[in-house]
Amino acid sequence: MNGVPLEQSLLLAGILFILGLMGVLIRRDIVFILLSIEIMLNASGLAFIAAGSHWGTADGQVFYLFILAVAATEVSVGLALVLRMFHRFKTLDADAYSRMRG
Amino acid sequence: MSGLDTTFYVAAGIAVLSTVKAITHFHAVRALLYFIVSLLSASVIFFILGNPFAASLEVITYAGAIMVLFLFIMMTLNLGSRSIQQERAWFSLKDGLGPLILAAILLGELAYTLFWGLPPSPPPSAVVVDATQVGKALFGPYVVGVELSSLLLLTGLIGAYHLGYRSIASAISEKKAGTQ
Repeated sequence: MNGVPLEQSLLLAGILFILGLMGVLIRRDIVFILLSIEIMLNASGLAFIAAGSHWGTADGQVFYLFILAVAATEVSVGLALVLRMFHRFKTLDADAYSRMRG
Repeated sequence: MSGLDTTFYVAAGIAVLSTVKAITHFHAVRALLYFIVSLLSASVIFFILGNPFAASLEVITYAGAIMVLFLFIMMTLNLGSRSIQQERAWFSLKDGLGPLILAAILLGELAYTLFWGLPPSPPPSAVVVDATQVGKALFGPYVVGVELSSLLLLTGLIGAYHLGYRSIASAISEKKAGTQ
């Protein structure tokens, strides 16, 4: 096996996932929260690709395609919700949405 | 350490650096630019790992479709009296300089792999899984997953249409109420 070791690809995926998690925790702008969720989905896709190429099968890329479909759906619905929130509250601050009741 | 291992480490470094810049930047459009660079370096890593189909999908779908949707929404939200001033400010080279430098490093890696890396050295990974095998796996054992993801995409389409239609209708009615 002359490729890149599996551990290093998984380490990179873990670092990217933790960066995305930190982004969700430290940012209050709701567009940045969506962006950080995208970072986490991309990191999990990287982990699938790394494992699939380590075992030499196509399963990693198949699951990457499923992650891609989930990410596309999540972004389209999430951004539509962001548009509605922005029209109602005139801000992108996620803390302002705590005034929402029911 | 072979040349392609070095390519992997450089791309991994660019991915981590641009992701850190993306989550810590205050300006949303610049953060999106850095995240696009991060996606491009992830695509380079996919290619090095021997998945050229996933690498092309990363550029086409993630960086091409999803990030353009993000940019489109950000520009829609910024409509206002100061938007022209903002547009003028965005045309300065200084904002795009960091992402441009990182993308230039990735372009250099591409040129290195194309012109110097491949002919003498072995293929990027021990196994290259091409699009034919992915297609056979998708429509063989994973056909239920394909159907489920198509259902998910249809649900997302209907949901986004419903939410977006309501928000556009409410904006139009607000504008009408403002003019009367």
